[in-house]
Amino acid sequence: MVSMSKIATGNGHGENSPYFDGWKAYETNPFHPIDRPDGVIQMGLAENQLCFKFIKKWLMEHPEASLCTAEGVNRFKETALFQDYHGMPEFRQAVAKFMGKVRGDRVKFDPDRIVMSGGATGAHEMVAFCLADPGEALLVPTPYYPGFDRDLRWRTGVELVPVICESSHNFQITRTAMEAAYEKAQEANLKVKGLLITNPSNPLGTIMDRETLKSIVKFINEKNIHLIGDEIYAATVFKDPEFVSISEVIQEVECNHDLIHIVYSLSKDMGFPGFRVGIVYSYNDAVVNCARKMSSYGLVSSQTQHLIATMLNDDDFVHNFIMESKEQLFKRHKYFTWSLSQVGIGSLKSNGGLFIWMDLRKLLKEKTFDAEMDLWRVIINEVKLNVSPGSSFHCHEPGWFRVCFANMEDNTMEVALSRIRSFILKNNESIVPRKLCRRSSLKLSLPRSLSRRMDDFMSPAGIMSPHSPLPQSPLVRART
Amino acid sequence: MVAISKIATGNGHGEDSPYFDGWKAYETNPFHPIDRPDGVIQMGLAENQLCFNFIKKWVMEHPEASLCSAEGVNKFKETALFQDYHGMPEFREAVAKFMGKVRGGRVNFDPDRIVMSGGATGAHEMVAFCLADPGEAFLVPTPYYPGFDRDLRWRTGVELVPVVCESSNNFKITRAALEAAYEKAKEANLRVKGLLITNPSNPLGTILDQDTLKGIVKFINEKNIHLIGDEIYAATVFMEPEFVSISEIIEEVECNRDLIHIVYSLSKDMGFPGFRVGIVYSYNDAVVSCARKMSSFGLVSSQTQHLIATMLSDDDFVDSFIVESKEQLLKRHKYFTLSLSQVGIGSLKSNAGLFIWMDLRKLLKAKTFDAEMDLWRVIINEVKLNVSPGSSFHCDEPGWFRVCFANMDDNTMEVALLRITTFMHKHNEAMVPRKLCRRASLKLSLSRRRDDFMSQNMMSPHSPIPQSPLVRART
Repeated sequence: MVSMSKIATGNGHGENSPYFDGWKAYETNPFHPIDRPDGVIQMGLAENQLCFKFIKKWLMEHPEASLCTAEGVNRFKETALFQDYHGMPEFRQAVAKFMGKVRGDRVKFDPDRIVMSGGATGAHEMVAFCLADPGEALLVPTPYYPGFDRDLRWRTGVELVPVICESSHNFQITRTAMEAAYEKAQEANLKVKGLLITNPSNPLGTIMDRETLKSIVKFINEKNIHLIGDEIYAATVFKDPEFVSISEVIQEVECNHDLIHIVYSLSKDMGFPGFRVGIVYSYNDAVVNCARKMSSYGLVSSQTQHLIATMLNDDDFVHNFIMESKEQLFKRHKYFTWSLSQVGIGSLKSNGGLFIWMDLRKLLKEKTFDAEMDLWRVIINEVKLNVSPGSSFHCHEPGWFRVCFANMEDNTMEVALSRIRSFILKNNESIVPRKLCRRSSLKLSLPRSLSRRMDDFMSPAGIMSPHSPLPQSPLVRART
Repeated sequence: MVAISKIATGNGHGEDSPYFDGWKAYETNPFHPIDRPDGVIQMGLAENQLCFNFIKKWVMEHPEASLCSAEGVNKFKETALFQDYHGMPEFREAVAKFMGKVRGGRVNFDPDRIVMSGGATGAHEMVAFCLADPGEAFLVPTPYYPGFDRDLRWRTGVELVPVVCESSNNFKITRAALEAAYEKAKEANLRVKGLLITNPSNPLGTILDQDTLKGIVKFINEKNIHLIGDEIYAATVFMEPEFVSISEIIEEVECNRDLIHIVYSLSKDMGFPGFRVGIVYSYNDAVVSCARKMSSFGLVSSQTQHLIATMLSDDDFVDSFIVESKEQLLKRHKYFTLSLSQVGIGSLKSNAGLFIWMDLRKLLKAKTFDAEMDLWRVIINEVKLNVSPGSSFHCDEPGWFRVCFANMDDNTMEVALLRITTFMHKHNEAMVPRKLCRRASLKLSLSRRRDDFMSQNMMSPHSPIPQSPLVRART
């Protein structure tokens, strides 16, 4: 019997979570418009696929971004040899600049505080290693990204203590909830080293308002604990209110900057998860120093540093990309949420992220997580959509599902919506109250600003609208 | 006072080692043929710079290897989105094939056992996390790569116990040394989980012979401990005897394969340290499965996977590259060691790696590590070469230095040799016995093929440069 480590033989990898079961269902029978039209549609993967044409156009116009073209090959050798964990200066400058622009240039980021990591996955683990000892704890507001259970705990031995956020106040992080979590940790003899927030939120798609952020900063200063802000979705805020970053708030209130750290990545904002561009940005010199040494375990490929540096140093491209991305996300989000509301499905009002936090509480047979799992299995097996059940995000209330909308093209979105409509109409005709079709009810889940702009997504730009004359469209039927 | 972790505030990052001091000296005053001709020449960095022209030629002929060319851009989106920790199948197949070819086609590697990591640095840490708990230990033969102290221990809490190898038998790994280390660990109440060997060796540049390898495999099976073979220098074996990999040995002797794991990378064999292509290859299914999950912390950029997959799938390129690389390394090694021997500097006889294990014991004022440090400071500050002192490799005997030879062009090599010869003449004229110039002594370190390196691009000791001390030494 050959022995391995406890870490290896345990469950810390987190893959026994239902978050991953849906992926497996998808992988055995993935949707393809031609080859597998009845396959499972992936709506459980938070990818941003909406801007690739835009990016490809830039690539074709900038051969110098590649090490393998005539324009770039003279840098091949020096780049292939470059393994300095400080990272290429032009890469750090480009990323710092991008981060600033994404925040409307309301703050500046110092390229010398940019530390590389193996994606945001590596960044989170690295920060945990820097800030906490095994057995110490980080507070994390629920619902939260399931990957945190693995990234922050698996190999580090750090514990996570949930800060329970409730649907009754739209899952906002309250002072009370933070205090309660802190107390709970104390009772369990866990030393709290920090608080990790994700803003914009995964899975909620919401952003934190200034007051909440200030209150959080106040809290962590009082307790003298670190604040880690995962701002990986910063550029996905597609409509007002405007995103407020921790980097801005700490300029406005008293704060010990040594407690402040930001985790970032290009996986969501740019749609480049494969390129493993993870970033740790810390205001604490000792942490920058330590993280930089640790980054050796997950540096960004110099080939990729070169590509990203060239791309993000192009101010015009960055400026246009940020705008284009918001526009595409806005359109897609609006169409998706509106279509859902037409069949009585609501979601948490949101203005960021690549997903919505869908409210299916009324479809639960009972208010339990077992019932949520039952409903989820129906969604996967009958509706053939992979969505992520709220329990996998540690949501304290059953019935919520994260549904991704930016990782597919328009036709696939249409198929997904069609399946949802069929399911709702088939199973719960009474759930689609006739009044929801009236304009006033639309206002229940749509903000006022949207209602006037319903025509926006009915553009000729390729989005199929509910008014399109498809005879079998249940939407058309519902209205008549 | 803001508290960070013990790991963060401790010294586990290993940068207080003298291994890094020389780098710092270099960085403040780096050599440049035109801008800084008196700067420090970097001979402490084991890089392979000898084949870039060859590689660039291939790159220009294969635009499809790039995601940004007209030929490759249609794969941009799917590649940018690809984050599956299994890795691209074509990448794993290409790497598996390359590893096989580097071993002369004598073994086949299974692409499904290939797991990615953040360079070999990430690979070693990952393997340690998979195999050992905090407080448990690995045995590591000395002298060994200083990075192991950080990679295997820092965040893992694993301990390293040296297997002391001695110059008296050319630093061979003996059964006695293995047993002694194992005993020592036991006495210190450390549970030994595995043995880590680097073959070809860093810093020695030697390869392990079949008998030693078999002895090692026997030992780890008897103790039921893991064997981790770092074969990062596998393709740098530039002359006989031929490299023998663990993967070959386990086909020949009885062995529990669940104990066998290989760490690999393209940083040395191909000269691509910047691309962070680290590989863990395990014969143990549970380790493959666990490592694959852990690889999320350091996957290879899909952009780079695509480039490497295209490159290493090209059989002609790979076959020619392996041959070309060996040739360049052989030439450079031969010229370097011959030139050193001309001024009385010997090194451990070696046939691999990107460095030599230079023997400067006779230059020590005393047989102590303090004397070694003194000599090293002289080499950095007066001779202006960054070399790595043996103590930073945990060598048990002072006076040895690792000196890299493959990370510079011919001209820089010439400058370095000039500085060495000047230094030797200045300080130790008495130590250059005339007999070292005789052919018989040359056989000590060189084979019959002296003429090989006198090719068009390489400056030879016979070239008519009037001021060359090499020319002077012969007359």
